[in-house]
Amino acid sequence: MTQPISATSAQPAFIAVNKLTKRFGQMVAVDAVDLHLAKGETLAIIGPSAAGKSVLMKCLVGIYGADGGSIYLDGDDVSQTSASMRPEWASRIGMLFQQNALFDSLKVWENICFRQIELGTMNRSDAKEHAIHLLGLVGLATESADLTPNDFSGGMQKRVGIARAISTNPDILLLDNPTAGLDPVLSTHIELMIAKIAQQQGTTVISITNDMHIARTRYQNLMMMHEGKVYWSGKTSEIDDAHNEHLTQMLNGSSKGPITMRTGKREDGVFA
Amino acid sequence: MSKPQHAHGDVRSKSFVDYLNDENVRAVLYQVIAIGLIILAGWYLVSNTLNNLEKQNISTGYGFLDLEASFEIGESMIDYSAKSDYATALLVGLLNTVKVSVLGIILCTLIGTIFGVARLSSNWIVRKLATAYVETFRNIPVLLQLFFWYALIPSAFPHPRDALEPLPGVLLTSRGMYLPVPVADNAYTLMGIAAIIALVVILFVKSWAKKRQDATGQPFPMFLAGLGIFVGFVFLAYLIGGAPTEMSIPALKGFNIRGGYNISPEFLAVLIGLTVYTSTYVAEVVRSGIQAVPNGQWEAADSLGVRRSVALRKVILPQSMRVAIPPLTNQYLNLTKNSSLAVAVGYPDLVSVSNTTMNQTGQAIEAISIFMSIYLGLSLLTSLFMNWFNKKMALVER
Repeated sequence: MTQPISATSAQPAFIAVNKLTKRFGQMVAVDAVDLHLAKGETLAIIGPSAAGKSVLMKCLVGIYGADGGSIYLDGDDVSQTSASMRPEWASRIGMLFQQNALFDSLKVWENICFRQIELGTMNRSDAKEHAIHLLGLVGLATESADLTPNDFSGGMQKRVGIARAISTNPDILLLDNPTAGLDPVLSTHIELMIAKIAQQQGTTVISITNDMHIARTRYQNLMMMHEGKVYWSGKTSEIDDAHNEHLTQMLNGSSKGPITMRTGKREDGVFA
Repeated sequence: MSKPQHAHGDVRSKSFVDYLNDENVRAVLYQVIAIGLIILAGWYLVSNTLNNLEKQNISTGYGFLDLEASFEIGESMIDYSAKSDYATALLVGLLNTVKVSVLGIILCTLIGTIFGVARLSSNWIVRKLATAYVETFRNIPVLLQLFFWYALIPSAFPHPRDALEPLPGVLLTSRGMYLPVPVADNAYTLMGIAAIIALVVILFVKSWAKKRQDATGQPFPMFLAGLGIFVGFVFLAYLIGGAPTEMSIPALKGFNIRGGYNISPEFLAVLIGLTVYTSTYVAEVVRSGIQAVPNGQWEAADSLGVRRSVALRKVILPQSMRVAIPPLTNQYLNLTKNSSLAVAVGYPDLVSVSNTTMNQTGQAIEAISIFMSIYLGLSLLTSLFMNWFNKKMALVER
């Protein structure tokens, strides 16, 4: 079932992940995952919970060091990055976390330009100006710059998270469940906003989602993960109705496929 | 039968039992009874005590405070001699208590934070050493630790004859530590006043700078300006005061060391003992505070490419402060109260001076009432400050 995306892609791979493996003790969270994407392409990662989607994403951004395999970004092997090159790599990848993970000890503008301030690439007044510009891009008022993240609703925090992720104009944008916990209208709004920003800046977008419909309609490529492995990957345009049904069943855990709890404690095939 | 009548409320008037069953009446009644019992008990104790004291011909009252103390105190922050009165003696004790408490609070916060962070270090040796420190000093009674340090200092350091001199002018002996200090001069008083004025000026400039930045967005280099104002004011006062340069340098004269500023072994023992003991609790407070911050905050900082130390300082510690302030307040209060154990090693703190006063005057109740209200006052002041700080740091969730 598995087929590398690059086989169907005409352009050379901008992101090339080969046999990436990440273990936590005995559990193999990400198991020999291959991933190839051209610049400006979009990919939705889908799969039941505990499939290894978030761990894969955190390996890509460098939070976790991989136990095996390689990650190439525009020809550079980033999994071998030295500590001094780490900010450089991090500036080429922006990530939005599932719980936003904003720093509530800091003001909104300090959140957005945290790395510019701390790595010294901008002075504070320039950083604030830049943050206000980004706030405009994600649809927030200039006045919100001096508030703290806790003054905001969930949807507004999500926007601040996006502004922080795109603050270095990254080549790659990683989104961990960007619309989780938002109402349908706001979800659509956020999805459209991300698509618009990505298109304007030619950003490669990788997004984790649990919604098969959103994955099929808004993303060019789809990768389904299951128990740390790639279960299926390919162009969303190639997914026909029968295929869609199979993948959706897989996602909901009702497939005849080999679904068991990854901790091995439950055997009834129901995902917690 | 009476129920429908009651509902109409026009026939039957409320009986005494009805009043007793009324929730509001009951609440007041209980409080009146409780307060009455307390007053009764208090009156009984006080009148009994007065009665007994009268029988023993002991006069009551605080008149003894004006009498000559006629005992020496080992160390004092203000002018004191055996000819001073008891009030001055107690003030000397209070200042000594405040001195050791304030220094202890500052030091235990610094040391405790370092060990708290070290307990979470990824370095195995650092982590284990920090754990050993915390588990050792947390589990030995603080009084025994005071004895230990007080026994250690005289035996670990040489007689004044062979004083160690780790830095020029600094002497370490079995009689404590000696530091070179400038000879007292009015210029230094002037400098202290100038420093206070400078701080007030800085506060004004800061609020002006904030107003300007809010209005125009123009940032103001507050740190540099503040430093400039402070140094400028203090230096100006130094020059106006005649720029004294004479120093008092400790040196051996006869059998003892004269000159300089002496830090007594008693003071050192109390300070080290209280600091070490309390710092282990502070370390645990800091550790739990850091662990209370969600892991996602570390990950988010990491994804931005900043170092772990930056993430710790800028993201994690400010958030763990909120969790840590209330238990930290407890530790500060404990340290202040534990400083009363200083009497055990002969450091002339408030309790020690009060003890001598009691022995000489026989005014036990008055002396105890004085130092108990002072400790209560110190604790309430600490609480008040920490509550204010807590409010300032607290997260306003909307």
